[in-house]
Amino acid sequence: MAKIAYYPGCSGLGTSVEYDSSTRAVCRALQVDLVDVEDWSCCGSSPAHTVNHVLSAALSARNLAQVEGMGLDQVATPCPSCLTNLRTAAHKMAHQDFRDQVNALLDIPCRTNVETKSVLQVFDEQVDPQLILSKVVNPLTGIKIACYYGCIMNRPPVLMRFDDHENPMAMDRLMCALGAEVLPFPLKVECCGASYGIPRGDIVARLSGKLLDAARRLGADCLVTACPLCQMNLDLRQGQINRALGENFQMPVFYYTQLMGYALGLDRTELGLNKLCVDPHRVLGKIKQPVPVK
Amino acid sequence: MRIGVFICHCGSNIAGTVDCPKVAAKALTYPDVVFSTDTMYACSEPGQDGIIAAVKEQQLDGVVVASCTPRMHEQTFRRAVERAGLNRYMFEMANIREHVSWIGKIMEDNTIKAQELVRMAVEKLRRNRPLIPKRFETVKRVLVIGGGVAGIQAALDCADGGQEVVLIEREQSIGGKMAKLDKTFPTVDCSSCVLGPKMVDIAQHPKITLYACAEVESVGGYVGNFHITIRRKATYVDWNVCNGCGLCLEKCPSHKHPDPFNENLCTAPSINIPFPQAIPKKAAINPQSCLKLTQGKCGICATVCPLKCIDYEQKDELVDVDVGAVIVATGYDLFDWHKYPQYGQGRYPDIITSMQYERLLSASGPTGGQIKRPSDGKEPKNIVFIQCVGSRDRSVDRPYCSGFCCMYTAKQAILTKDHLPDSQSFVFYMDIRSPGKLYDEFTRRAMEEYGAHYVRGRVSMIYPQDDKLLVRGADTLAGTQVEVQADLVVLAVGAEAAAGAAQLGEKLRVCPDQYGFFVESHPKLKPVETNTAGVYLAGACQGPKDIPASVSQGSAAAAKVLGLLSKKELESDPAVARVNQPRCVGCGKCIQTCPFGAIKEVADRFGNPKAEVIDTVCQGCGICTVTCPQGAIQLEHFTDNQILAEVQALCPPKIFANYE
Amino acid sequence: MSPQNIRELRIVGFLCNWCSYGGADTAGVGRFVQPTDLRIIRVPCSGRIDPLFIVRAFMNGADGVLVSGCHPRDCHYAEGNFYARRRLEMLKRFLPITGIDNRRFEYTWVSASEGQRWQHVVTEFTRGIHTLGPAPSFNPVSETEWNKLAVQASEGQGCPCHG
Repeated sequence: MAKIAYYPGCSGLGTSVEYDSSTRAVCRALQVDLVDVEDWSCCGSSPAHTVNHVLSAALSARNLAQVEGMGLDQVATPCPSCLTNLRTAAHKMAHQDFRDQVNALLDIPCRTNVETKSVLQVFDEQVDPQLILSKVVNPLTGIKIACYYGCIMNRPPVLMRFDDHENPMAMDRLMCALGAEVLPFPLKVECCGASYGIPRGDIVARLSGKLLDAARRLGADCLVTACPLCQMNLDLRQGQINRALGENFQMPVFYYTQLMGYALGLDRTELGLNKLCVDPHRVLGKIKQPVPVK
Repeated sequence: MRIGVFICHCGSNIAGTVDCPKVAAKALTYPDVVFSTDTMYACSEPGQDGIIAAVKEQQLDGVVVASCTPRMHEQTFRRAVERAGLNRYMFEMANIREHVSWIGKIMEDNTIKAQELVRMAVEKLRRNRPLIPKRFETVKRVLVIGGGVAGIQAALDCADGGQEVVLIEREQSIGGKMAKLDKTFPTVDCSSCVLGPKMVDIAQHPKITLYACAEVESVGGYVGNFHITIRRKATYVDWNVCNGCGLCLEKCPSHKHPDPFNENLCTAPSINIPFPQAIPKKAAINPQSCLKLTQGKCGICATVCPLKCIDYEQKDELVDVDVGAVIVATGYDLFDWHKYPQYGQGRYPDIITSMQYERLLSASGPTGGQIKRPSDGKEPKNIVFIQCVGSRDRSVDRPYCSGFCCMYTAKQAILTKDHLPDSQSFVFYMDIRSPGKLYDEFTRRAMEEYGAHYVRGRVSMIYPQDDKLLVRGADTLAGTQVEVQADLVVLAVGAEAAAGAAQLGEKLRVCPDQYGFFVESHPKLKPVETNTAGVYLAGACQGPKDIPASVSQGSAAAAKVLGLLSKKELESDPAVARVNQPRCVGCGKCIQTCPFGAIKEVADRFGNPKAEVIDTVCQGCGICTVTCPQGAIQLEHFTDNQILAEVQALCPPKIFANYE
Repeated sequence: MSPQNIRELRIVGFLCNWCSYGGADTAGVGRFVQPTDLRIIRVPCSGRIDPLFIVRAFMNGADGVLVSGCHPRDCHYAEGNFYARRRLEMLKRFLPITGIDNRRFEYTWVSASEGQRWQHVVTEFTRGIHTLGPAPSFNPVSETEWNKLAVQASEGQGCPCHG
C-alpha cells in the first residue's frame, strides 16, 4: 500500500499515548505504511476555532502543507477532533476567498489536495479484510463489545463522507472480524460530554453515565472507542460518574486499536493496556483461549 | 382590416407596474389598429361588453386583448368576440401580466415590453383568418384508472349518469387505501362499513366493467375517441369460474409470504383473497412465492378447488377498449420512512407506520383488533405518535404538507384510548393542521377528552432500552429536551406520488409536478381537468387528500365527464394542419412524422400522391409544418407567416421582407 | 419600431404552449422576478419551431434566442420535442458557419410546474447574452442606405449587385 502520512495529534503524545502506540503497532502489523508528518503542529482544535476560523484553519492548513511537502496525498489521524479540524479546513478552503485569507498566514501555501482520513477509515477502506482475518492469533471470542464512535467521527456527513452518520458500522465490522460479539449499541454517536469534563463535570457524568448505562443494559463487557476525549470521559472519569450518579460501573473502555493489537497478538507494552484506569484484565480474561491446532 | 386593442389593468395587477394608457396610445400607431383603449378588468362583464360594443361601433374585424396569460382567459375572450359577431379566431392575446407586470419591477421597461407584445399580437392577428371547427362523434364510455375511494365514486357517478364505465385496478381488489383503514375521522365511523357498500355497487352496477389486477398498457387517440389497451395480469385463477370460496387459501402450504394488505405485519398464503370484503372476491396466486410456479411442485390448490379454476399456465391478457374520456384516480403511496436514519431504519420492530397501526386497530386485521406490539405481542402502555414523517421536511425532499396526518393521528390516539383505557398516547407534532368541518374540534377531543399528550417538537432519535423504546425529542414550547419511554412508536408517514404514476402520465400525456403528483389544468378554476382534453383527475394522484376531498373530486371529475359526453358531438379545434395541394409534392415526410397518424396519402385527379389531413385526428402540434420541404402543409393559426410576423414585430427587418 | 431601452438587449423566446409557456406563467404567478429583455412567442409545440424562425430573428438583429419545450418524454404531443431536439442541436452546430455566435442560441426544457427553474433559465441566459453584448450587425452599410435600397427594391428597380 502507498505510504500514508500520520498525524498523531496532541493527545497522542499525552493522555492517549496508548492509542497512538497501539495504532502504530496495528498499522505495522497490517502493512499500513505510516510516515509521521514532519514538524507537525496543533490542528487548531477547541481554543482556536472558537475564536477565529481563519486562524484555526491556518493551523490545520500548515499541517496539510507539510504533508504536501512530503509528496503524499493522504494523511491519517487517530483523533476525531483532529480529523474534524483538518477536514473542515480543507472544506472551507475550497472557497477562494477563504483560501487566500488562510494562505496569507502561512509560509508555505496549502493547495488542499491532501485527503484527511481517520485511521479507522483507512482500515475500513484500504486494508484487505482477508489480511486482518489471516493475522488474528487471539480471537476475541467470548467477550461482548459495545462500539462507541463518538459524536464527530462521522458527522457532519457532508464533511466526513464516511459510513452511516447515525448508525456507523466500520468499527463493528472490525471487531466482528476479530471474533468478538458486537452488540447493537444504540448510542454509538451520542455525546459523551466532551470538554465539559473540566467546567461542568455534572454534565459529563450524566451524558457519559447514560452511555455506560446503555452498554451495561445490553450486557456489554466493555466499551470500545475511537476518540481520546470520549475514552478519557468514560474511563478516567468513570469513578467521578459513579460517585455523581451513585452507580458502580466497572466497565473497561478500550481504544479499538488496543483490542485489534490484542487479537493480532502484538507486543503488550505497545498496546498500553496498563494505561487504562478501569482494569481490563477481568474482561480480557473472559476471552476464550484458542484451541491449539494439532 | 380594422383591429381593436384593449389593454387590461387587471386592477393593479398590471397597472401597478405597466403604464396601460401609454400602451393603449402606442397601439394606435400600429398598422390596421383603428381603436385602442385601456380597461379596468377586460374579463369582467362590463369589460367584455365594452369589447363587444367596440366591435360593433367600430366595425372591427379583429380584437387584441393585452391582459393575463391566454392559458387563463383565451376561451373567455374568444366567446366574447364570437358574441360580437366575429369568428373566434380573429382574436389574439398579449400576456402582459404573468410575463410582464408580475416579473419585472421597472415600470418603464415593463411598459415598453408590453407595447412590443401588443405589437406582436397585432402583427399576428393581421394574418389570422376565420376558422370553423369540425364536429365529431364521441364514444360514450369512460375509463376510470384506480379503484380507490375517488375512483369508485367517479365510476359510480358516471355509471349512474348513464355512461358505460370501465374501471381498472392494479391490485387484486378495489378499495384502495381506505379499505385498509379501521375507522375514519372525524366521525370515527367504520371505514369498511362506509366503503363496503360502494364496492358492492361497483360489482353489481350493470354499466360498470371492472378489471382488477389490470394496468394501462397503452393509450392512443384523443378526446372523445381514446383507444386504450389494458393489460390484465395473470392471476393463475380463472376468474370467470372462481366463486371465492376460499378453500384453496386454507390448504395452501406456502404461506410465509408477507401480506401486503396487512402492511407486512403478518404472512399470507401464496394463493389469496386479500380481505373478506374484497371486490372482486376472487383468489389469485402470487407467482413470487407459489411453490408450483417457482419450483414446479405442489399444485394442492388445483386439487382442492371444487370448481377446477386454477390455471398455472395462465398468461397476461391484453384487452382493447375505446372510451370517450379518462379519469385518473391512481392515489398515492406512503412515504418510505427508512430515509430517516434517526428512526432506526427498521432495526427496531416496535417502530411501525400509521398504516400498520391502522391494521392493528382493525377488527379484521392480523391481531383481530387487539393492539399488540410486533416484537413480543404485548399490549403497549405508552404509545408515541410522531407526525410529519416525510411531510414538511426539505431534508427528504418532501416540503409539502400531506394534509391528513394530523387528523388520522388524532383519530388513532382516540382509538388507542378506546382499545386500551390504561394507555397513554404522546403526539410529537410541528403544527396541528385541522381545517375542515368538525376537524379542529376532533383534535381538541383527542387532547381534552382522551388525554393524548401533545408535544410540539421533532424527535431526534429513538433507541431501545431493555424492552422499551426511548424517544428523545424537543419540546419547543417548554424549551426543553424530552424523553419518553415508549412501548410502541407510530410514525405518521406522509403521502407521496404513487409508484408508476410517471409512466402512466407519459402514456396519457399528463404532466407530473416536481414531486410526481399530476398537474391539474388550473389550480383554482380547473382542479380536475388536465392539459390533455378528455383526461381528468380525481383524488390523491393530484396531491395528498383526505377521504371527503377525494370523494368530492371523484364526483367532480364524473360531472365533467358527463358534461363532455352529454354532447352528441364534440367540436374539434380548427387550428389544425392544412395541405396546400398544388404545392404538395407527395413526399410523405409529414405522414411519417405525424405522431397521431392524422395525415393520409390521397391521389389528386391526375393520380399524383398528395397529403391530406384528417381534421378530427390532427392535434395541432405543427411538427409536419416544419418537416414539409415545400412549406405545403401549414398549421392553421400558427402558420410560418404568422410566426415570422411575430419575429419581425420584435426584430424588424432592415430591408423589406420578400418572403410573402 | 418602439425605441429600445439601452439597458436591454433583444432576446426572443420560442416557448411551447403546454410546458414552458405554462412554466413562464407559473414563474409569473409566483412573482419570480426576471430580467425584462426576453419577449416570448407562443407556439403549440417545440416541434413547431422551424430553425428558420431562429435564423430570421438573428438576421434581423436579435442578440439572443431561447427555445424551451417540454422535458423529453413529457411532450404534450408525445414526440414533438424529440424532433425539436434534433433540429435545434443541428442548428446550434450550424450557426457558427453562418457567422452567428452560437452562444447566443440556447434550447432547454422547462415543465409547467417549474416556475423557479424558468426564472433561473431566463436570468442565466440573459446574463450570458449581456456578457456577449449586442450582436454584431450583418449589414455593414448604414441604415439610411439600406432604407434607400429597400425603397428601390420595392419600386422594382433592383439592387445594385444585380443591376
